[in-house]
Amino acid sequence: MNTRLRPLAMLAIVLAGAPLFFPNSYVYDVAGTALLNAVVCVGLDLLIGYAGQISLGHAGFFALGAYGSAILTGRWGVPPATALAASAVAVGLLAFLIGRPVLRLKGHTLAMATLGIGIIIHIVLKTESWLTGGSDGLSVDPFRAFGFTLAGERPWYWVAAVLLLAVMWLTGNLVDSPLGRALRAVHGSEVAAEAAGVDPAPTKLMVFVLSAMFASLAGSLIAHKSGFITPDIASFFRSIELVTMVVLGGMASTWGAVAGAVILTVLPQALAGIEDYESILLGAVMMGTMIFLPRGLVPSLAAAVRRRGRVS
Amino acid sequence: MAAGFWSTDAMGAPLIQYLFAGLTSGAIYALAGLGFSLIYNASSVINFAQGEFIMIGGMTAASLVAAGIPLPLAALAAVAVTVVVGMALEKLAIEPARDAGVVSVVIITIGASIFLRGVAQLVWDKDFHSLPSFSGDIPLHVGGAVLMPQSLWVLGVSMAVIAWLWWFFTRTLFGKAMLAASANRLAAQLVGIAVKRVLLAAFALSALLGAVGGVVVTPITFTNTDAGIMLGLKGFAAAVLGGLGSGPGAIAGGLLVGLAEALAAGYLSSAYKDAIAFVIILSVLVLRPQGLFGCRGSDRV
Amino acid sequence: MLLEIAGLTSHYGRIRALEGIDLEVAEGELVALVGANGAGKTTLLRCISGVQAATSGRIAFAGAELGRMAPERRLGLGIAQVPEGRQVFAPMSVEDNLRLGAFRRRGSDVAADLARMYAMFPVLEAKRRQPAGTLSGGQQQMLALGRALMSHPRLLLLDEPSMGLAPLLVAEIFAIIQSLKAAGTTIFLVEQNAAAALAIADRAYVLETGQVVLSGSGADLLADPRVKEAYLGV
Ligand SMILES: Nc1ncnc2c1ncn2[C@@H]1O[C@H](COP(=O)(O)OP(=O)(O)OP(=O)(O)O)[C@@H](O)[C@H]1O
Ligand SMILES: [Mg+2]
Repeated sequence: MNTRLRPLAMLAIVLAGAPLFFPNSYVYDVAGTALLNAVVCVGLDLLIGYAGQISLGHAGFFALGAYGSAILTGRWGVPPATALAASAVAVGLLAFLIGRPVLRLKGHTLAMATLGIGIIIHIVLKTESWLTGGSDGLSVDPFRAFGFTLAGERPWYWVAAVLLLAVMWLTGNLVDSPLGRALRAVHGSEVAAEAAGVDPAPTKLMVFVLSAMFASLAGSLIAHKSGFITPDIASFFRSIELVTMVVLGGMASTWGAVAGAVILTVLPQALAGIEDYESILLGAVMMGTMIFLPRGLVPSLAAAVRRRGRVS
Repeated sequence: MAAGFWSTDAMGAPLIQYLFAGLTSGAIYALAGLGFSLIYNASSVINFAQGEFIMIGGMTAASLVAAGIPLPLAALAAVAVTVVVGMALEKLAIEPARDAGVVSVVIITIGASIFLRGVAQLVWDKDFHSLPSFSGDIPLHVGGAVLMPQSLWVLGVSMAVIAWLWWFFTRTLFGKAMLAASANRLAAQLVGIAVKRVLLAAFALSALLGAVGGVVVTPITFTNTDAGIMLGLKGFAAAVLGGLGSGPGAIAGGLLVGLAEALAAGYLSSAYKDAIAFVIILSVLVLRPQGLFGCRGSDRV
Repeated sequence: MLLEIAGLTSHYGRIRALEGIDLEVAEGELVALVGANGAGKTTLLRCISGVQAATSGRIAFAGAELGRMAPERRLGLGIAQVPEGRQVFAPMSVEDNLRLGAFRRRGSDVAADLARMYAMFPVLEAKRRQPAGTLSGGQQQMLALGRALMSHPRLLLLDEPSMGLAPLLVAEIFAIIQSLKAAGTTIFLVEQNAAAALAIADRAYVLETGQVVLSGSGADLLADPRVKEAYLGV
């Protein structure tokens, strides 16, 4: 098998086999959410890990996808699949328009700008209650297509799994393509990239748009899956959570993005009994990982395994 | 944020009233922005826990006063507690990660802010707390506007702290050493400036700035464990607006954000008040990436 | 011996910049270190000042092992460096630059030292309130030298003090170095301007790709055919 497809096949097997260990539908539910978060993270990792551009506002794109689907289907009776696609295209367009000026910024100013975009989206969603329901939130119709209604935790798990595989396949191709090499060049050094004949600007922009569209897609699906959304899905905290998933799992490692998303989705659920300590633990995990495993879980573990392999 | 700060008197609320409100909140943003710039200069780190310093200062003072301790003593203790927290943050979380990349350090400081908020929720609760105004609540009337005496405290104390900072950096050898370390790290080491101590001092000073802001503003806005988030982010916006690392820039940026916010809340829409800072910062960054007053490259990383 | 270095090796990541350096400087001596671009001269000075870690080997100063001692404590012992490229605190005033040179000796007679520096470098006094970044290259070099002298060094490390200066200024700098030596300061001088350095040095070392390849008195090395060919362009 081709080296690109092998990890994908492994992931498919893991995703197909995991439910054997799911004791109840609640676990399916959490797992489905984790996989949709992973979709966002794979896109975000493309931006942060491969292109080296930070975004502290991706929850905004996620939320726009969710609200786009909710509003189009709920208010105007647009079919969910069309609404999902329309939202993703609109978010992509928005990211394109914003990204052109903003991606010229670097480092902390880029962090500031993306953070600002996320917060503005959050505030708009909270304020324009005639459209979004405001802070009270908005209920979302179930996802219907081809006469079927997607309902229940199990079908959603499989939909999320298939979407994640598709997204991973797409990014896998991208990372190995000439564009992927261009991406790595952008991360390494923009001067070097230019010297090698790669104009970094369109490359960065394309990745930004793509990652925003992935976020929108996942947002649309989570809206239908949970049936209810509030503006808090666009909050600064949520953007941070997404970045943390990517960095915790390991930047520039799509597997890392998936692992990070799963861990940070499951962790709060596991901590549900000790809510008082949730923030303390989450904060400690964020700091501890960056101090002790600055490259993230997956690359650090992989390096450890390789070292073991060499010794034995 | 609790009401009061931006409460606007709809019946012909005069411009001057908005300006006062803007300067008052702007002063707090300026202090927070200075905190960001101080730490950035010493280490190229953006400390997203800056807002937590404001929160811890306000909450500590509020709970001490509630426990019957006189206000001046409570304020001093609150500042001291916050400074200790700031120094612990540097020692335990920033210093061990000196060589990590920008994104990693950003995650660390954001993690620290979430952590501190979690601890605060354990120590206190999620309710709003307040402090009595320092010199009563009898409003002053200035040119048709109603002005709360506490606003004058905010402005006065902020100016005093800024003047003290100016004295520290231009008149004391250690202050100059801190400037030197940010101007040229290698040369600073070669004249015997311990860069680690400079970094520790930068966190201590930033915590002090945050705590002072938190204490003086709490009688107006009230405070709770989440109060630091927006204040911190706006402080960051103020610092970037003025050119990250520039002291006068952070002050100007803070006042500008405060004024714009108050005017927008008064004349446009109070719902979008919190968005104003970020709309301004986005427009400025797109047009002038180095900030309004910054001249050197704003990206030293 | 004031400075004793034995088997010193140092790396930048995987790049080895110094390998097994043995070197000595006695009290009151002027020792020169010459070598081509990238030979490792700056790296050696960085190791002595403690801003760069040694991978192995030892450095002793006045009989005490320096080990992993922090740079500021080495300054306290009396090791001062004028770094390559001057490295003045550009936004700060000339006088503040000088005062910061005395950072480790707070409280003592800094004013008297300032007066001494202004006497030695009158041009600095004329510009004492100007930002150091506005000075010319030669003036910055004098400022960097004055800043190092403010710490009352027992050992003065100079990294290419003549680099990028006009010939007249180069002569002036070398005259100052000689007068410092005459006043009893121990000096370790790194130079690419080998002829000038060897001419005033008591002893000298030649560094090539991180290793000492030759050493001897300044006069001997000046006459050495290998040195002549490689560094003096004769
Ligand atoms: N920061 C660094 N990172 C990686 N390698 C470095 C670094 N600084 C120096 N080197 C390498 O170490 C070696 C020695 O450099 P060093 O600066 O000590 O030489 P030098 O003799 O002072 O040269 P010059 O005459 O140009 O000042 C060189 O090969 C150089 O490329
Ligand atoms: Mg050199």
